[in-house]
Amino acid sequence: MKKSNLLNKLFDKQHKKQTVSYLIVIFAYVILEALLKTGNISSLFKNLLVPCTCYIVAALALNLCVGLSGELSLGHAGFMSIGAFTAVCLSGLLAGTLTNAVLRLVIVIIIGAAVSAFFGFLIGIPVLKLQGDYLAIVTLAFCQIIVSLINNVYFGFDEKGLQFSFIENKLNLSSSGKILIGGPIGASGTQRISTFTVGIVLIIISLIVIYNLMDSRNGRAIMAARDNRIAALSVGIDVTRTKMLAFVISAALAGAAGALYGLNFSTLTPAKFGFNQSILLLVYVVLGGLGNITGTIISASVLYVLPELLRSFESYRMIIYSLVLIGIMLISNNKFFKEKLAELKTRRFNRTHSKEAE
Amino acid sequence: MAEAVKQPLPVLVIGGSMVFLSYLITGIGLGSVYAIIALGYSMVYGIAKMLNFAHGDVIMIGAYVAFFALSRYNLPAVAAVLLAIAVCTTLGVLIERLAYKPLRQATSLSVLITAIGVSYFLQNMAQLLWSSSPKIFSSIVGNRSLTLFDGKMSIAYINILTIITCIVIMIVLTLFINNTKIGRAMRACSEDKDAAKLMGINVNKTISITFAIGSGLAAIASVLLCSTYPSVYPTLGSMPGIKAFTAAVFGGIGSIPGAFVGGLLLGIIENLSKAYISTQLSDAIVFAVLIIVLLIKPTGILGKKVNEKV
Repeated sequence: MKKSNLLNKLFDKQHKKQTVSYLIVIFAYVILEALLKTGNISSLFKNLLVPCTCYIVAALALNLCVGLSGELSLGHAGFMSIGAFTAVCLSGLLAGTLTNAVLRLVIVIIIGAAVSAFFGFLIGIPVLKLQGDYLAIVTLAFCQIIVSLINNVYFGFDEKGLQFSFIENKLNLSSSGKILIGGPIGASGTQRISTFTVGIVLIIISLIVIYNLMDSRNGRAIMAARDNRIAALSVGIDVTRTKMLAFVISAALAGAAGALYGLNFSTLTPAKFGFNQSILLLVYVVLGGLGNITGTIISASVLYVLPELLRSFESYRMIIYSLVLIGIMLISNNKFFKEKLAELKTRRFNRTHSKEAE
Repeated sequence: MAEAVKQPLPVLVIGGSMVFLSYLITGIGLGSVYAIIALGYSMVYGIAKMLNFAHGDVIMIGAYVAFFALSRYNLPAVAAVLLAIAVCTTLGVLIERLAYKPLRQATSLSVLITAIGVSYFLQNMAQLLWSSSPKIFSSIVGNRSLTLFDGKMSIAYINILTIITCIVIMIVLTLFINNTKIGRAMRACSEDKDAAKLMGINVNKTISITFAIGSGLAAIASVLLCSTYPSVYPTLGSMPGIKAFTAAVFGGIGSIPGAFVGGLLLGIIENLSKAYISTQLSDAIVFAVLIIVLLIKPTGILGKKVNEKV
């Protein structure tokens, strides 16, 4: 009896979508893990698994910001880079003391997310006062600033302690020392400790965070502020505060994704997190559907894995991406299409209601 | 000032001030290019209320057209510039017709994403057609420069040409906006589209004309930009495009003198920080300035405050 109650609750109208997203992730994990264990997976595909989870988390983070909060951010790659380089540095520093790789990974991801959230807060103070296009361009500016700052950071350590220099490489490390960030070269010689399982856990955590936020009072305030700012203000919602909440959580998730990403590669340049990366995330979110969480997961995984498998079409892929982006916007704003969609919705609504009446 | 003239200054200071002056003039040259690009942004934003992200990539296309006209077909400079203007104007109108016009009633988020899509499309198309390796642009006035004060200071001719072009464009455009029928229609559309429509103004045509003018200016800017920084590559336009938008916001978006002032200031700030602070950090400084301006005065230096309507 109790069990069926739980099942009912999981598949009722309110929670159906959420349950589906969780099930998709768990199902994908079980299948992929089984394939990995039995060795039925090519090494090329195997290498794509961890970055794919990172992109899913980052896309979820961006969807929280763009889809749910309605603020277009073109700087989420910047948050990823903060998370990534924080994680790489900390992991390098902790490598000697903390030998358990998984524990170190978890700690480093948490700190990476926290640092990114802090920057999200700092950036949010000026940015969230603005609206629409201004916000987009300022987040873009912040992303450029972050990347160009990391491009000029030199950071390393040896037995005497930490060394840091800016703009010029003035590091004077002993032979046993290690450079963690080398300016434009970025991080190199990173110990690759990211695992697929941690990536999946991170996706699940992001889902829990986002779904709980959506169901909460704050989440409803966020969506109200998105749909009509003035109406939200007039019913006493502190719009800047709610938007800040969404923005900071989004930054933290993007930072966590970046941390996992950074520790998956032995070398990582700051240029990797430029404008193009932000656009890529935006494409995932838009194609998955703004505000649609399950859609984001599917579109991010398909769009990340598919082009990597079709490397030879590299130059065409970007053209196709851009055309699809324009096409989706044109179709979804087309009057004829909109009317058809509305018609379909009312028909479905009528059908379910007539069923209930019976 | 008067005292400074009386006292004989040490040679070092004179040398220093000359160096400063030449950095300043290079900055004004760069700023003039930004101002011309910013005009395109600002006019389109003022009328269509959209951020035309693809504006920077129209510059890139203009640069390629001018490059091929000059280097491959050996056309004279004037013909190359005219050809670039013709191509960019057509491209601008075409983009507006195909991608932005169907979205007149859509949310600004959809329009912005479409504009990003167009920008991405142009960049990748250019990469596919002309490869991503940079091409060397030969300056339309050569690499000569004007020497002043017994060789203590030199100004590149292209800088002088850029500054003069910018001033001429500003004057012509201001006269055009204020005194012609189309100019008045443009102002009316930027104030209130529905009211303009009721007054018998063809709003769609006016927006198309605005895009045409903005794109034509982008072509001029592309030639001037590539004569100063002589390499042409597919992502050439994105940085100047973003900086010009910064300039437009800086000066007050939607305002022509604002774009001029914002562009010049931005060029000067960028060049001086390149010279005196750090070359690598100059972009970061420019963007930091944008953020500070938006914090202190979100409508920009010469912008008007618009009250929110419910």
